[in-house]
Amino acid sequence: MKFKTLVLASAVMFVVSQTSVHAEEYVTVVSFGGSYAKACVEGYHKAFEAETGITVRLEDYNGELSQIRAQVEAGAVSWDVVDMEGPQLTIACDEGLVETIDEWNLPPSPDGRPAEEDYYEGSIRDCAAGGVFYATIVAYHPDAFPAKRQPTKLEDFFDLENFPGRRAVHRAPQAVLEMALMADGIAPEDVYEVLATDDGLNQAFSSLDRIKDQVVWWEAGAQPPQMLADREVSMAIAWNGRIFNAQMLEDQPFEILWDGRMIDSGGLVVVEDAPNLENARKFVEFAARPESQAGVSSYIAYSPTRKSAFDMVQDHAITGKPMKPHLPTNPDHKGRSLTIDTEFWVDRRDEITERFTAWLSR
Amino acid sequence: MQRLRASSLALPLIAFLLVTFVVPIASLIRLSYYDSTVADALPLTTEALRNWDGQQLPPSQTYETLANELIAAREARTLGKIASRINRVISGTRSTITKTPRRMQRQSNPNARQAMIDIDSAWGEVAIWTALQRVTQTHSIRNFLQALDFTTTEDGSIGRLPENERVYVTLYLRTLGVSAAVTLLCFVIGYPMAYAMAHASKGMGRVLLVLVLIPFWTSLLVRTTSWIVILQQQGVLNDLLVFVGIVDDSDRLTMVHNLTGTLIAMTQVLLPFMILPLYAVMNTIPDNLSRAAHSLGANPLQAFVRVYFPQSMPGVAAGALLVFILSIGYYITPALVGGSKGQLISNLIAYHLQTSLNWGLAAALSVILLVGVFVLYVIYDKLVGVDRLKLG
Repeated sequence: MKFKTLVLASAVMFVVSQTSVHAEEYVTVVSFGGSYAKACVEGYHKAFEAETGITVRLEDYNGELSQIRAQVEAGAVSWDVVDMEGPQLTIACDEGLVETIDEWNLPPSPDGRPAEEDYYEGSIRDCAAGGVFYATIVAYHPDAFPAKRQPTKLEDFFDLENFPGRRAVHRAPQAVLEMALMADGIAPEDVYEVLATDDGLNQAFSSLDRIKDQVVWWEAGAQPPQMLADREVSMAIAWNGRIFNAQMLEDQPFEILWDGRMIDSGGLVVVEDAPNLENARKFVEFAARPESQAGVSSYIAYSPTRKSAFDMVQDHAITGKPMKPHLPTNPDHKGRSLTIDTEFWVDRRDEITERFTAWLSR
Repeated sequence: MQRLRASSLALPLIAFLLVTFVVPIASLIRLSYYDSTVADALPLTTEALRNWDGQQLPPSQTYETLANELIAAREARTLGKIASRINRVISGTRSTITKTPRRMQRQSNPNARQAMIDIDSAWGEVAIWTALQRVTQTHSIRNFLQALDFTTTEDGSIGRLPENERVYVTLYLRTLGVSAAVTLLCFVIGYPMAYAMAHASKGMGRVLLVLVLIPFWTSLLVRTTSWIVILQQQGVLNDLLVFVGIVDDSDRLTMVHNLTGTLIAMTQVLLPFMILPLYAVMNTIPDNLSRAAHSLGANPLQAFVRVYFPQSMPGVAAGALLVFILSIGYYITPALVGGSKGQLISNLIAYHLQTSLNWGLAAALSVILLVGVFVLYVIYDKLVGVDRLKLG
């Protein structure tokens, strides 16, 4: 008898607990994981939960479109908000996998300017807002070169004679080919025009040919700082956030060459037919606030896409060191800067990737 | 009746195989030659282009039909898919397709032709219409041509790509080469190991078996990364060689981020698949046969080559087949330790599945791989005899 009561009671409790989980307001947010996701959690997810009472369920993915596409096409959408990179964003928007931002109320800046004016040019898109700027840069280990002859410009990365040592390069054409062209004397504003031609593509490859023998190709963003730390390479094309973390949290002496930096931005999207649509919109609107953007930038070296947020960025939340010198869009950085042309890459990526693969195999 | 009832017990298995094996492979094969996306989204344009001769620009009526259907496709959110299909035929035309309906008015466009050419001059050229006509065809061997580095030129003839643009055939050959080399290495290292395990004392044999199995319990990524730590220029092995004095500090060996690294790491990862079937077969070979060979006058080498080895062949055959097939589908390890030559055909299949979303090409690449492996299997069957294959 007692046993029966116990079973019955636990069954009832199970059902109750299940329904209460069901009644909880939540939003499923999918992001890239790692230190970036952590920065978002600390930067504004917690504030969002405190203000709205909506729980953020965070999931990781590797940035590929295939899962979202499969969910939408099968009519079984389980994700609400997804953090995406530029090219994927454009494709997802074109293919109708995500909502357009017409439905959202993007908050104005503190001095009352509408959000549309507060965003840097090109960083507000048809289907996304609330993203960050990040940069592909050249980083080097100062001990790899004599004190009097440290690298100072992008060309030095492609100059094995004066700056010997192996090079770590991302095994992907985007950003790498642009840098190769800039180092070959093409002005940043002409890069995409040149790259669109067959001759330009060949010029980029022959620029890379100068270092090809000494290149260690990397696949994952964590690899280049590791290779620099192991002194496996002397210089690396890397993502600025990863180098920043190695500098700040692991006390690595790496230096960043801001010359020739490639700037890119991503953004948050709401998946079409998201199960928690209202919460998803609330979430992206919250994420698009200048304070939220500034919050992310105090944990990781990615810049806000809103002008008013850049001024709000404080010191690094963990080490207390000033953050602005490390942000990729800081106007004090010297040298050339180029924003990745998303349209170009969406149009040409498949063809150029095949050419890149063919070039690698030679 | 009895037999029928007995075989009905296998029904769940048959259903399982059908759902998890036959159906996916059949749909994969279909995907490689069949694509009705554009024909479904632009039915009237498809109809209009069916009898177009491809010599001159189509009549303005066709422009108007296309303009209206593109605007409708934009509203139905199928425009991106249409654009990506045409972009595969002429790289760079994606934005032509996406921006045209964005800038055009709905309803009738009596001057659609001029309006479209004003938006993008590409509409005034025959090439984009040829591409459009090509993607409206639901059945095509386009993907197979591309997967074998062939291309269709504008006049419709088929030719090989220029040498510096060929990708896939090189990668197929490299994949087969790497797989064969890994299989051979696994055999050379695995055979003595399995022999030692089968002929050690019971306790020792168990210890050796555990040693073989331990790597299975570690994540693949961890094992691959530890090879980088060991083999890189500033790595453990090079440090040791420099310390001992075999290698000069300024002249450290390059053992990773090249083919050497790929072979070492893949061999280590796949070795258990060679050792285990060998061990299982060797355990069943009676000891007294070798002894009988000795007593009949064979020296140890003869006894091994003529008596022992032939009996272990089923294990060799099984292990080699397992390792070879597994290495053909391998790509994470070569991508991490293989350097510029570290990409195998599976990397490109994964790329087209996940990043470029060109599932048709991915399917064609897989079908060719499947057929290639099947052909090799048939040859293997003729040479070794698959019925002799034994997993224990």
